[in-house]
Amino acid sequence: MNIAELQKKLLAAARANPPGDRVPYAFEKRVVALLAARTAADPLALWVRGLWRAAVSCVAIALLLGAWAFFNPAASSKTDDLSQNFENTLLASVDQSDQAQ
Amino acid sequence: MEQTEAELIAAVLRGNAASFEPLVQRYSPRVFATARRYARRESEVEDISQEVWLKAFEKLKSFRGEAPFEHWLMRLTVRTCYDFLRGHQRNRESSFSDLTEPENDWLERFVAQPETASENAAAAKLLVERILEQLSSPARLVITLLEIEDRSVKEIAQLTGWSVPLVKVRAFRARAEMRKILAKIAMDKYL
Repeated sequence: MNIAELQKKLLAAARANPPGDRVPYAFEKRVVALLAARTAADPLALWVRGLWRAAVSCVAIALLLGAWAFFNPAASSKTDDLSQNFENTLLASVDQSDQAQ
Repeated sequence: MEQTEAELIAAVLRGNAASFEPLVQRYSPRVFATARRYARRESEVEDISQEVWLKAFEKLKSFRGEAPFEHWLMRLTVRTCYDFLRGHQRNRESSFSDLTEPENDWLERFVAQPETASENAAAAKLLVERILEQLSSPARLVITLLEIEDRSVKEIAQLTGWSVPLVKVRAFRARAEMRKILAKIAMDKYL
């Protein structure tokens, strides 16, 4: 069997029989209805997008407040005192037991 | 008065989805004809065509109007068909021992007297469909575009997004792949 000739013949057969271009009835209406359904589902997407934006804003505000607290000298000195006091209170029992020994 | 294509596209981009309907109506025959080259079942053809239009609607913003809308749409159609082929490769390995009687007769006629085996015969059409189904996705796409639709390498590169050398390489491999399948038929049948 001549394979090259068979290949040529079969490709000619495919060329000679192009597929039909028939479109199912009301196909365009179906596509537009699908698109409308997707648009109707969009309010949910808007909500999700809005919530994401809110989350990003909250993170930004938290970072700004953190930076302000960190770099503000007055606040940091107060924080130092507070932390010292907290530590003293927490370790008071340990200190007492050390002194007793 | 009938709206022009550019007006319809502009209206869709402004948010009027109903203006998309005349575009779907106008170009669906071409989309369906292309999809029928790659899918046999009518339900699959419809799925591909629907997918093409949904993608077209989503990506319409990327259409700059430099080339005709039809060219842009055909690129999208060919790429969607290629995705379909890649997703439906499971049926590729099948035996040729189950050729139908008309297909067998056509092959017998071809072996006896090649010139008498008509390419217009329904059996030849079925046989070529069966062989195309056996090809890998890139091979089937490139054989269809190059050999059956008679497109140039440059056109295929634009349609598929592949480079010109890649199209040439894939065309070479596709022809070899097809010859291998035909040789397998010959072996199954006559050895």
